[in-house]
Amino acid sequence: MRTVDLVVIGGGSAGMAAALQARKEGIHDILILEKEDSLGGILTQCIHNGFGLTEFKEELTGPEYLQRFVDQVITEKIPYECGAQVLDLSKDKVISYSKDGKFETLKAKAVVMATGCYERSAGAIQTPGDRCSGIITAGAAQKYCNIKGYMVGKRVVILGSGDIGLIMARRLNLEGAKVICVSEIMPYSAGLNRNIQQCLKDYDIPLYLSRSVSRTIGKDRLEKVILSAVDEKMNFIPGTEMEIECDTLVLSVGLIPYISLLNNVDCPTSSTKGAVVNNYMETMIDGIFSCGNCLHVHDVVDFVTDEGRTAGHGAALYLQKRIHKENDIKTIAGNGVSYIVPQFINKNADENITLKLRVRKPLKDQWVMIKSGDNLIQKIYKSAVIPSEMLLINLSKDKLAQITDNLTIQLEDK
Amino acid sequence: MKNLDSKYDVLVVGAGILGAFVSRELSKYDLKVGLIEAHNDVGNGCSGANSAIIHSGYDPAPGTLKAKFNALANPMWDEIADELDIDFTRKGSLTVALYDEQVPLLKELIERSNKNGIPTKLLTPEEVKELEPNISPKVKAALYAPTAGIIDPFNAVVNVIENAVDNGVELLLNNKVLSIKKENDYFIVGTNKNEFKTNIVINCAGVHSDQIAAMIEPIDWKTTPRRGEYFVLDHFLDGFVNHTIFPMPSEKGKGILITPTTSNNYLLGPSSELIDDYDDVSTDKPTLDKVKAQILDMVPSVPLNKVIRVFSGNRPTTTRHDFIIEYAKTDNHFINVAGIESPGFVCAPAIAEYVVKELVNKVCSLIENKNYNPRIRKHIRLNKMGHEEKVEYIKNNPDFGRIICNCERVSLGEIKDALSRNAAPTTVKGIKKRCRAGFGLCQGGFCQSKVVEILADYYNISPLDVLYDDEGSNILLKKIKEGK
Amino acid sequence: MKEFTCIICPRGCSLKVDDNGNVTGNFCPRGKEYAINEITNPKRTITTTIRVKNRKDTVVSVKTTCAVPKGMIFEVMKVINTLSVNAPTRIGDVVLENILDTGANIVITKNID
Repeated sequence: MRTVDLVVIGGGSAGMAAALQARKEGIHDILILEKEDSLGGILTQCIHNGFGLTEFKEELTGPEYLQRFVDQVITEKIPYECGAQVLDLSKDKVISYSKDGKFETLKAKAVVMATGCYERSAGAIQTPGDRCSGIITAGAAQKYCNIKGYMVGKRVVILGSGDIGLIMARRLNLEGAKVICVSEIMPYSAGLNRNIQQCLKDYDIPLYLSRSVSRTIGKDRLEKVILSAVDEKMNFIPGTEMEIECDTLVLSVGLIPYISLLNNVDCPTSSTKGAVVNNYMETMIDGIFSCGNCLHVHDVVDFVTDEGRTAGHGAALYLQKRIHKENDIKTIAGNGVSYIVPQFINKNADENITLKLRVRKPLKDQWVMIKSGDNLIQKIYKSAVIPSEMLLINLSKDKLAQITDNLTIQLEDK
Repeated sequence: MKNLDSKYDVLVVGAGILGAFVSRELSKYDLKVGLIEAHNDVGNGCSGANSAIIHSGYDPAPGTLKAKFNALANPMWDEIADELDIDFTRKGSLTVALYDEQVPLLKELIERSNKNGIPTKLLTPEEVKELEPNISPKVKAALYAPTAGIIDPFNAVVNVIENAVDNGVELLLNNKVLSIKKENDYFIVGTNKNEFKTNIVINCAGVHSDQIAAMIEPIDWKTTPRRGEYFVLDHFLDGFVNHTIFPMPSEKGKGILITPTTSNNYLLGPSSELIDDYDDVSTDKPTLDKVKAQILDMVPSVPLNKVIRVFSGNRPTTTRHDFIIEYAKTDNHFINVAGIESPGFVCAPAIAEYVVKELVNKVCSLIENKNYNPRIRKHIRLNKMGHEEKVEYIKNNPDFGRIICNCERVSLGEIKDALSRNAAPTTVKGIKKRCRAGFGLCQGGFCQSKVVEILADYYNISPLDVLYDDEGSNILLKKIKEGK
Repeated sequence: MKEFTCIICPRGCSLKVDDNGNVTGNFCPRGKEYAINEITNPKRTITTTIRVKNRKDTVVSVKTTCAVPKGMIFEVMKVINTLSVNAPTRIGDVVLENILDTGANIVITKNID
């Protein structure tokens, strides 16, 4: 059986960044396994701009952003295989993968999982009504439109105001479809404010909040949807039905880390539905690291790249036997915080650590309090926080030194 | 118009599980047989939307056709599954009493199973918990029926029909029967596309069987579609439940069950509501909420966050409340096989044998088809190969290494194999039913565009013309960027 | 007084411009510039696709090299939709210069081999 020092599963933004960082830190024997026909991951179909402001200080489209990393992978001569689907990953890091005409099993000394996320489907949200053609996730619609040049609909309702839903509202509208409205079950949008502005307001596309699809109607192809208002418990309120004639319902109802490969390794997961990790992005399985959208879903690719680097760094330390194995500090999502990544910190890490978190609901004038036991380590003022915008908190080495107990992050009104 | 001049010996109406087995049974003889189906694929009605259980047969009232055929048919499935390469496992079923007042009923069921000749055993709460650790702790007793099994319902229909077609049956898809007239000594079956002449008609039209029967004579029974709604859970833990677990049966049926499936998913359902529209297979929230509540009562830890799909199917219940398997009153060349609701799936091969050997035989001479082959070409199952075998196979058959559906691990090779068979799929749903591409966690989010491309290439059509399911269910509506 | 959301970066500041053209709510200077443009001559960068003639069912992504007047978006799209290229394509390849005199070129944003 072939042995490889580091296998990176997934050649998207996270995976490429992890491989490049590990190479930079002296790891030579690397293999990236990418299931599609080219490196790049989901950015391949994200042709809109807005990527790279942190990473490159300029605004790039998805394909432009990813190409810069593909170029580096090629320059660094990091081996990669495309069309290669990993079918199995075991606890001792034996990996089986399959591609055109080839099936191979190899042993990795370290693994970085960078498998991205998948879209919550109509089945998963149990949309009531007919299961006809014309109900499609935003990412699938995006692929047809941006890669193949086909439109999934002419009269479109979008359910869910996540960023891809908003981006697709603009995209389909620009290509000649009538985007009738975006409907969001929550009382606030799940997307970034700027996308509400440039994707909906620019094109006079209404956004209905606290409203969802209470019925899909259509024999073979979708003919109409019924939108109903929901109460605080998300139950439809009778008498609020709006009937809308449309041929397509595009779903943007959530992205979920795609980690079915971890099913066989008993890897603990967190409320992000990704793996539990420490500050090196190492999961609770020795030598298996995780980063990017398969760890938790990001809103900005630049942060995915950064997290990929952290995982690549961790994998390099692991392979060089320089990693600290004690996960001695636990991070706890306190009042108003829905999750924190990483879930564990090594006190002796001796490097700056970035904590990433999301808030539960939109709030104004908040203190983000970072406490070790009862000790206040740091507090940061935020004029406004929203769930769609991930908060990054940098813990410097000095601050880290002050931590003695589990770390709680919570919101307090100013 | 085609086939007007050539006359069929037998036309079977409806390519569900009944039509499948009846036509396969007919293909054992030298007969010209046509299998007419309104849809563009086989098994698209109730046969593809049910609990996928090979029932043991203890439950139907003794003396009914349901009891008779279930007892006959259950033992047939081992051989059928082997011949036709269908996933089938005898998992056994448990009918559980959760409340004290249900225990006496369970004893009545044991008596009933004895009358039906089905092996069953009464289990103590401890024995039930041993078999099913996740069962509700309030379980009082259970009826264990070891011969119950689970089956892949999609490939069951497809493979039976593939075999029937291999043996000479003509599959006539996209033909919706609109009229049947007797002319001289034969029938003229008119569809939306053609007129077919035939000596014998066998009506296996599921929920539509009353409409077909009424085309030649007034009938005194009616189909009242009874909808069942289901949840499908993703693969999460093998052995979360190990058997098909039923609640106590009621007049509405066997009740809302939880069962593992042959694809290592779990199925929860069905509800039971009489509806008017024969083809309405929608789902609704209040009904699904009821299904949830009843399952939670039996198996409180069922992870409902693993739901990947909801669906419904319409059982062809009739006003006679038992199977109808008989000649039409006014014509013994017209055979009705109607009202085949649960346990209809399991009964299908025995019903087919009866229909051909007892009913067709009396009105038509049956001469053995010497070329009849009961087996279909085996499917390639990579996950059942050893490592070296797999390496070698994929090396020689590169398409089997190319994974199209990541969630269910379906390769291009498997899809091309399905396309190359008789009763081949022409739609995205057709591929999904046969190969499982799109049946998993992402529900086709990742692979659907690849499947569309494969179908467009194979049939040499535009992606715009690729259908999800029936006529009119196109996925793509417009090509953009035509350039100058 | 006009209010809108800044689209320059993911922060999405809530900007206010009063009748004298004073901008508030911006986190950085680019927000101020955006706000003033938004009042006087709102512009948007267009990202879309054009057909790749020598590849089956393939389009390649393109963009305008600078923002074009918001009111001209659909006119610009009409022209872009008539364009096509042959693969291979390289990021930055100019497909059309100065589209509709806006000063923006249409350039390829994706490499297709």
